[in-house]
Parts: sequence; structure tokens; C-alpha cells
Amino acid sequence: MKGSRQVASGATLLLLLCLAGSVFMLRRVERIRSGATLHEVLFISSPQAAKRLSLGYNGLMADIYWTRAVQYFGSHHAQGAQEYKLLAPLLDITTALDPHLTVAYEFGSTFLSTKPPNGAGEPEKAVKLVEYGIKNNPDDWHLYYNLGFIYYLELKDYKSAADAFRQGSQLPHAHPWLKILAARMSEHAGDLETARMMWSAAYQTSSDKQVKANAAAHLRALDVDETVPVLESIVDKYRKATGRVPSNFVDLVQAGALAAIPRDPSGRPYKIMPDGHVEVSNPDALPFIEKGTPPGYVAPKPKFSGSE
Amino acid sequence: MSAIEILGLEKTYAVGFLRKQEKRALHPLHLAIGDGEIFGFLGPNGAGKTTTLKMLMGLVSPSAGSARILQMDFRNPAVKAQIGFLPEQPYFYDYLTARELLDYYGQLSGLGGKDRSLRIRELLGKVGLQQAGDVQLRKFSKGMLQRVGIAQAILHDPKVVFLDEPMSGLDPMGRREVRDLMEQLKQEGKTIFFSTHILLDAEALCDRVAILHQGELKGVGSIATLTAGIKGKVEVFWQGSNIPASMQSLGAECHVTGDTVRAIISEEFQDNAIDLLRRDKLRLISIVPLRKSLEDYFMQQVKPGATSGAGA
Amino acid sequence: MTSRIFYIARNTFREAVRDRVLYNLVAFALLMTGGAVLVGQVSIGIERLVVINLGLTAISLFGIVIAIFIGIGLVSKEIEKRTLYTILSRPVRRWEFVTGKFFGLSGTLVVNTFFMGLGIFAALLYVAHHFEKSDAWVLVAIYLIVLQFIIVTALTLFFSSFSSPLLSAVFAFSLFVIGTFSEDLRGFASVAHGLTGWLATGASYIVPNIAALNVISSVAHSQPIAGALVLYNTGYALLYSAMAVCGATLVFERRNLK
Repeated sequence: MKGSRQVASGATLLLLLCLAGSVFMLRRVERIRSGATLHEVLFISSPQAAKRLSLGYNGLMADIYWTRAVQYFGSHHAQGAQEYKLLAPLLDITTALDPHLTVAYEFGSTFLSTKPPNGAGEPEKAVKLVEYGIKNNPDDWHLYYNLGFIYYLELKDYKSAADAFRQGSQLPHAHPWLKILAARMSEHAGDLETARMMWSAAYQTSSDKQVKANAAAHLRALDVDETVPVLESIVDKYRKATGRVPSNFVDLVQAGALAAIPRDPSGRPYKIMPDGHVEVSNPDALPFIEKGTPPGYVAPKPKFSGSE
Repeated sequence: MSAIEILGLEKTYAVGFLRKQEKRALHPLHLAIGDGEIFGFLGPNGAGKTTTLKMLMGLVSPSAGSARILQMDFRNPAVKAQIGFLPEQPYFYDYLTARELLDYYGQLSGLGGKDRSLRIRELLGKVGLQQAGDVQLRKFSKGMLQRVGIAQAILHDPKVVFLDEPMSGLDPMGRREVRDLMEQLKQEGKTIFFSTHILLDAEALCDRVAILHQGELKGVGSIATLTAGIKGKVEVFWQGSNIPASMQSLGAECHVTGDTVRAIISEEFQDNAIDLLRRDKLRLISIVPLRKSLEDYFMQQVKPGATSGAGA
Repeated sequence: MTSRIFYIARNTFREAVRDRVLYNLVAFALLMTGGAVLVGQVSIGIERLVVINLGLTAISLFGIVIAIFIGIGLVSKEIEKRTLYTILSRPVRRWEFVTGKFFGLSGTLVVNTFFMGLGIFAALLYVAHHFEKSDAWVLVAIYLIVLQFIIVTALTLFFSSFSSPLLSAVFAFSLFVIGTFSEDLRGFASVAHGLTGWLATGASYIVPNIAALNVISSVAHSQPIAGALVLYNTGYALLYSAMAVCGATLVFERRNLK
């Protein structure tokens, strides 16, 4: 069928061309309206309206909104965003559609409350979100932990944090740390040790990659914050003993003050500054540290690709 | 010159759940139909007649073989302008009127505007649908649909016309009309290739016939040639209701109606029958030779290799 | 050749217009728009919002249903009812038939949408008593919805060329629904690794991107639509539809008609 073969090859060629063309056009369209579907979230007057719009397929829609929330935060964070307007509405709708999606409350407790650029900086909204979660999942101790976390970390309201931890500790299967944390809130709230417990608990009990990565980064920062003053006091002792600041840690090792050259959690050795301060070699590799940075240092945005 | 040459067309279907088995719908077929002939394509249901026609029309692709119509390859689009086709039990767009349907088909066949309206009027008259031109086809009877079907087949004055079971579903009057139409087309010099399983129609119309059974060609030729080899029969009437004993051994079929017996026996036993009657002192009324019919030939061809008379 | 395509398209249009199902669906859509007026009365101040949201959604949904319902008749029904035999025995190429059908149905949908669009503007006039400048964006939304119809028609035609009417309808509708979430599919593809990632990416481009053509909420809130967006969307819809029609041609070219 000569004619038929011609038609077939012509149609195949045209089909491939159109496919390529349509992909090209689509990418252009996406660039123009990037995130437009997400922005339509703002047009949904209330989470209840979202329920109605789902025509009964609440579970599926909840999953879809949850995925959108995670990707929204992840992609904006990677681009160095300073605000996350849509995170709260997305999480509100997710949890309205599926009140038992506990990972959403956990996500919100971390990334809604934290100050930008690592979070939306809306701790009050985070509190409301988690309280809604507690109302719908009264037996989940984890939510009380999330609540206490928000009060402790961003709102610095140690009393409310303690209340939350205590309430959570009374639930079945509660993590033993909740009782301990409740106790520490009253006296040692500002301690590094408390912070370390909080972040360890967050890391161990979370199931979300971004939350875990965030917690791990904080733990490393705590390590640095603890180590730097210790190193500085050793340097100070040496200075008092020898009258000069050691140029590097080799001197201290030779003097028997240290067993080996100390390294920070990123594996790089600490540096001794001429004025006796101890600094990390590459502050950019260690987000969240408060000690050991050069003066006037501004931290870049950390990445949570989930690979930690 | 052959109007239609079928050169080894065959069709095998893959059947079964996993398409592993093969079903042969048509064994390689070789046939030549002359210009201006009325050719009958006969066979029981499921013999492969419609499959052959569909392949010639390009609706189904053959597994092997080819054909030439009017000396052109049958797949050549130019052929389509010269042929007309009436499918079996046709169904047309029922939301159109007869006139609209023919107009649409005329457009597709490339007939110009004025030409079209003229032809449509002419054809509606020819097939006896003048009154029903503006009635929606969904209101048409089976016979009327068949007539519209023939109209669309000859709308563009094709040289060759293919008809698949053109008499199906028609009452005797309708059948007569279609027969007359086909005769008329032959007068106009067209070649007609039609398939049917009604042998009487074939006998009345065809110059030559071919018999197809279970996908195989069982015989081709004029009716006279085909029936020549058949043994003739005679019809014997006698008075009374007695049947001589040995009449049965002659292979006679006897029917008693009131005071007369009617028997059908082979020509060769004619004299034996007369003797039997005289012996039993029965009064012979008449002996009439029966016409050799196509049906006899047909049955002969169809019976021997038949595993089932009524195919799939 | 082109004239045959035109004749087939015109006949397809005529068939659609005489199909009673069409009128029922259009009437229903207009009813919904009318209902929007009533719903709007309940909460003052958002009548316009409700009319646009509900009206455009009604047009969108019913249009898709019409596209599919009539679309499955494009080829499947013709084969089932054997109306196709007498068409293809004429000098009509199979690809001309497919293309003609596509244009015929697309034309039907455009005309349909025109009438349904009139309904929305009538309702808008009724609740607001005058037109605002931002009402012009509603026209843009309707245009993009028509592009959706054309895509769905092309898809239905494609499935129709090898499936039964029922299956064609199911496939086309499923692709439409998946297409509404095509952006989420792409998002998923961007975080998935390896084979899953590749498959998901491929799927997200093969699936019709209906979401990109849906600007109903934006228009309801009187947001403007970028001209470039309309331009690229038009290109996308036309190319995608052409692709589906080519696919239909390819399949239909080799099909044995029982």
C-alpha cells in the first residue's frame, strides 16, 4: 500500500514533531505561571471550602496538598526565599482534609514557626495548627511534643512548653524524654543540654526527611557552640602560661593540652585567631552555629535536600 | 478484458485469547470477472463472501494476494471513483434525509453541485424513493434502506458495482424491483459482482457464478456448465394412494395427497418406475422432467467437505 | 482533498447539532449558570464571584462531557454501526476522514461554548447590572476552556480509533482527570530518582496539561491573565491535539474493519 505507507510515515513524523513542540510550549507556559496553581490556594476562602471542593475525595486531596506543601517549601527554600506566604494555607487545607496526617503537624511545627529564611516565621499559626491536630488526635503524644517545641524554640514561652511536654508525657507510649524535658523547662530552659535533648528527640522521632535534616544541622551547631568555649578556655590557659597566643592547635597538642587537633562536625580543623578566639574553618558548612564565626559573618541559607 | 481480477487474495485471522490460533476465513482465491458481466458469488453464511468483498473495498487488509479492478491495482485510490459498493444490511446516518445522504456521498465522490442535484433526483426516481426524499432515514423501512443503498452505490455512475446480499430482507416485490434494477445496470454496460445465498436470484440474473464454501472456491462457470453434470430428476403422478413396494428401492420420494401420489425419482429409473406401476395396475397420470437446478449443484459442492452446513 | 475534509467536518457538525444529547447538556449547563445567580443572592457582595466560578466550571465540565460523548461516536460508533463502509469505498482517504471528524467536532464545541458563554454574561449582567472591565478576562478564561475541549476531542478521537465507544470514553475521561493534576505529577517527578523519575517525567508531558488551561479562580478574582500565557497555551493545545490526531490517523490507517 504505497499510499498508506506514505500516510503512515508522514503521520509518524508529524506526531513526533508535535510532541516536541508541545513539550517546548508547555515549558514556556510553566515558566510564566510557575506556582500559579499553588497561589490559587489563597483563593480558597477557608479549609472547609477545600473540603467541599474535593467532592468527597478528601484523603487523596489531602495527600496532594501535602505534597504541594512540601515541594513549595523545599523549592522556595532552595531559592533563598524570605517569606513563605502559602505554607500556612497549604498546611491548613491539608489538615482540614485529613486531620490525621500527623506528619503535616510536625512539618508545620518546625517550618511554620522558624524565622525566615529557614521557615515562615509564623509561630502563632504553627501553634494553632498543632492545637487543631491535638484536638483531632488526642492520643498522639508526638503532637504535644511538637507544640512544646514551638513554644520553646521560637516563642521562648518555657512555661507553656513545660505544660505541653507534661501533658504529652501522660499519654500511653509517650517517649520518656517528654517527662525529662518538662522538668528541664522550669530551670534549665536556656541550657545547651536542653537544646541538645530537644533536637535529638526531633531527629529521632520524626519521619520527614526535611525535619530530620534540620534537626541534624542544629545538633551539629550545638556541638560547635559547646566546643568553641572549651577550646577558647584552653587557648586562654596556654596564653596565661606561655604569654603568647598559640598559632595553631599543633602547639597545644605538643604542649600536651590536647590529645589531637580538634575538628568541627564538618570534619575541618578549628582555627586559632591572633586575638585568642577560636573559629571554624568554613562557617558556611555549619548552619545555625552561634559561636566560632568570624565577626560580621552572615550565614547563607542552608539546604535541606534530605541527603543528611 | 477482465473488469475484476482476484489474484490469490487470502485472509487468516488470529483468534483465541492470546491470539495464538489461526482461523482461515479465505483460502487463496483466483477469479476473473469479465466486462459487463453479472457475476454471482454464492455460498452459505460464513463462507467468506463478505470477507472477500471487504478486502476488495480496502476495509480489511489481505493476508496475502492482490487484485486488479479495471486494470488498476485495487488499492489505488483512483479505483474508488469507478466502483460502487452496497454492504450487507447497510446502516446509514439516520439523522439525515435520503436526499441529504446522497448529497453528502456525492460530495465525497467528487460530483459537482449541479451534477449532484440532477443525479440525486434521477436516482431517487430510479429506486422508487421519489416521495421519501426528505424523510429522515431513521424512519425508513428495511426495503427502503436497501434502495437508498443501491442509489448511493450507483450515484457516481461507476463502471463496476459490488453488492453484498442486495436482496436480503426484501419482500418478493422488493426483490423483483432490485432484480430489474440490476438488469438495467447491465444494459448500461456496468459490471456487477454480487454475493448472495439465495440461489433462485442467482439463477435468474447471473451470467456466471462462483461457489464458495468454508473459504474455498468449489466451482466457477455459467449455470448451464455447472449443472450439466447433475443427474436429472422426473416427477411422476399416479392415481390412488398405493405405493408399489419396490418404489422405495429406486430412491423415490413419495407424497400422498388425497387420491394422488407424487413421486420424484432419478431420470435413469424412469422406465423401472413405469414398469412397477403397470405391474400393480396403478393408473399413471403424468411424468414431467424436472429442471436441473443450481441448488442441486450447490448442495453437491457444499455437502461433501462440510462439517457443519451453517458456518460461523 | 481539502474539500472532502470540509464536507466530512460539515456533516459531523450536522450530526452533532441533530443529536438530542447535545441539547440536554447545553440546557443543563445554562441551568447551572442560572442556579449560580440564586446561590450568589445568599451572600451579598460575592454574586459576581459565584456566577463566574460556577458558570465557568459548568461550561468546563459539561463541555468535556459533550466532547467525550459525541467524540466516541466519531469513529467507534461509525465502525460499530457500519456507516463507515460506504464512506471508505469512495475516494476518501482514511486520514481525511479522521481529520474531517476532528474539525467537525471542534467546530461544534466552539459554537456550543459560544451559547453557554452568552449565558454567563447574561447572568453577570443580571447580578451586577453592568459590565466591568475585568469581565473581559472571562472571555480569556472561556477561550482557554475551548482549548481544553479541543485537546479532549483529539484524545477521544485517538482512543475511538481503536477502542469500543465505552472504553474510549473511559480512557479520555481518565486522561482528563489526570491532566488536571499534571503539575503535581511533574512535581513528583522532580523529586523521584532513577527509572520512576524518568517515567513520571515522561508521563507528565504525555498527559494533557489541563491545569495550565484553567484560570477560573484567577478570573473570578479579577486577576489579569498574561498575554504570553494565552499565546503559549494556544500553541500547546494545538500541537498536542495535532499529535493526538496523528496518532489516531496512524492507528486507523491499519485497522481492519469488521
